[in-house]
Amino acid sequence: MSELWDGLLAAGRLLISFDPDLLEIALRSLQVTGVALIVASLIALPLAALLAVRRFRLRRATIAVLNALMGLPPVVVGLVVYVILSRSGPLGVLGLLFTPTAMIIAQVIIIVPLIASVGHQSLRDLWAEYHDLLLSMNTTQRQRIMTLLWDGRRALLTAALAGFGRGIGEVGAIMIVGGNIDHVTRVMTTAIALETGKGDFALALGLGFVLIALAIMVNLAIHWLSQTERGRRW
Amino acid sequence: MVVSLFPLTTQGAMVRRRGNVLIGPVDLTLSGQGVTVVIGPNGAGKSSLLQMLYGLSRLSGGSVNWACDAREAQRRLAFVFQTPVVLRRSVLENVIYPLRIVGRPREEALALGREWCTRIGLGEATDRSATVLSRGEKQKLALARALITRPDALFLDEPCASLDGSATREIEALLQTASDEGTRLILATHDMGQARRLANDVIFLLRSKVHETGTAPAFFDGPRTAQARAFLAGDIVE
Amino acid sequence: MFKHLISAALAALLITPAARAEDLKMAVTTSFHNSGLADVLLPAIKDDTGIDVQLLVVGTGQALRLGAAGDVDAILVHAKAAEEAFVAEGNATHRREIMYNDFVIVGPSADPAGTADADKATTALGAIAAAEAPFVSRGDDSGTHKKELSLWAAAGVTPEGQWYRAVGAGMGAALNTASGMNAYILADRASWLNFGNKGDLALLFAGDPVLFNQYAYLPVNPAKHPHVKAELAVELEEWLTSPRAATLIDGYRVAGEQLFTFNAQAAD
Repeated sequence: MSELWDGLLAAGRLLISFDPDLLEIALRSLQVTGVALIVASLIALPLAALLAVRRFRLRRATIAVLNALMGLPPVVVGLVVYVILSRSGPLGVLGLLFTPTAMIIAQVIIIVPLIASVGHQSLRDLWAEYHDLLLSMNTTQRQRIMTLLWDGRRALLTAALAGFGRGIGEVGAIMIVGGNIDHVTRVMTTAIALETGKGDFALALGLGFVLIALAIMVNLAIHWLSQTERGRRW
Repeated sequence: MVVSLFPLTTQGAMVRRRGNVLIGPVDLTLSGQGVTVVIGPNGAGKSSLLQMLYGLSRLSGGSVNWACDAREAQRRLAFVFQTPVVLRRSVLENVIYPLRIVGRPREEALALGREWCTRIGLGEATDRSATVLSRGEKQKLALARALITRPDALFLDEPCASLDGSATREIEALLQTASDEGTRLILATHDMGQARRLANDVIFLLRSKVHETGTAPAFFDGPRTAQARAFLAGDIVE
Repeated sequence: MFKHLISAALAALLITPAARAEDLKMAVTTSFHNSGLADVLLPAIKDDTGIDVQLLVVGTGQALRLGAAGDVDAILVHAKAAEEAFVAEGNATHRREIMYNDFVIVGPSADPAGTADADKATTALGAIAAAEAPFVSRGDDSGTHKKELSLWAAAGVTPEGQWYRAVGAGMGAALNTASGMNAYILADRASWLNFGNKGDLALLFAGDPVLFNQYAYLPVNPAKHPHVKAELAVELEEWLTSPRAATLIDGYRVAGEQLFTFNAQAAD
């Protein structure tokens, strides 16, 4: 129990002193997961809308596979990306291994199924509502997708934030493809793993509390910016 | 030179789902004038007929032919459903949606939208979320949304079902204006009073087929078939 | 709106700096990193040679794999047999011994197996096996693990049973487990001294020459992987075997104790 208290104290000390290392890895965590979130959303949200409005033979199978991919172990994703990006691998010439870009790639792969699955579920309900109307107006496929994405944006934001949560707390994949190199690819979660491995539990917990606070702040900021939970205005 | 959509003719047009005939076979000719009212007991196929003529249902047999190209016709039609569907947006955004779909510039669409909102009595509520409107207000919204593109023909599936008297009156006034301005109306209704008030022509459906047609005065004064007579008298007809 | 998001994402991706010419990636073992020596050496290397050494702290097995795949420019490990095989396979041009530290046997302060009184390391391990006292093994094919297995073999013991816990983890993680279980464990002295969660564990046995732990530097073979920073790797090797490195390595203390002894020989 004392370790939890020590952890809180460590967190306090880190924050008050504006520890430069802490700022650096916190910023990098946000950068990696933030970019991954944007890229993943650009892939997953239109995919979710497409699956909702378009009927094709393998649709059910695709949705089932997407749901299943949510359970993909991040460390497995990391290994696969490592093998592909390794110098001895097919994309080795790109020299992306052990860079934040590799970490972003791994995180995109991990969070796309999550955002697409959750997004698809809510868009499906919305499509059921809009189906007759949009059909009667001769909308194109593209127009239907855009309408769903815009009108469903609240629920999609929740899906995206779920993806953010998964990404910001992820450690297995980015450890492998990033290498946890000091000042290059070290982020909050890999730093926590490192300190835990060194036996410095207080510092690890401190970093952990800071990470949680960071995630909460991001969520609050997004909600405030998009003015959700505000009466009658959209 | 704008080609007319009408006359609309159907030959043996039929819609079947899972082995059941929803409507048909139907042989009809609709001219380009006035208000046609479709009546009949529940389950007779009024909604199915409307959707088939509009092009919302896939035909299982026969054909539905507009006087012009089918695609062209699609662009000049509008549909109002029994249960109003509103987009999760403001009233104004709902009304201008069909204009934006066909690419009308936003400024133009907004101006037109505001006009229509005022016409339907929602001029003060343009920024309100459409989902919180009353049922009557939603249906007026749906009507404005349908009419804003100046369609050649407007199909309505029991638009005033479950609306109160004043809302029904407002909707009928809007419909009358639209018809006077040249919009062809094809309206399914349960309300015999409404049918008498609005109809120029009547199509009486029974058991998924057209049982009798006629001009309104002729039909209401002296229907030819026994079932039509019974229906108008208020009997349960099957 | 989408256009803005795409440009933002691309811009952020491009903020990732490309590898600069003076960067060198080196895979090192967790034992080396946990000693804290890297925090002393790296700044000095940067000052003297301008090389930014980027450390990937992984297990010996993974370090060798990264070297073989050409994903790093050099490795620093402590498993002689594996290193020689590495060179023989053509993955490195040669191995260069740099320094050594020693392994120690750590265990519960009550010392139920009586290892503190043992005369040799093998005797101590034999006593642990005989007493079936809980023992945590790295179990990860690392230099430390290989050393541990060779000692069991020398003691004529096959370590198996409930008391022998192979965790498959780095030195720090294994020490955490040992601390949590109050078990015996073979650790390198540097990691032990730097370890922050000792609990009831204490250093019980040390000093037997067989516990010698030699670290060697292996530059990845540029003939096999032309893209590696071969010149920088040579420069780094020269620095690591220089009198300057000797001073820093021999002078490094944790809790007042010297951890590493510099023993690089002149290249022939």
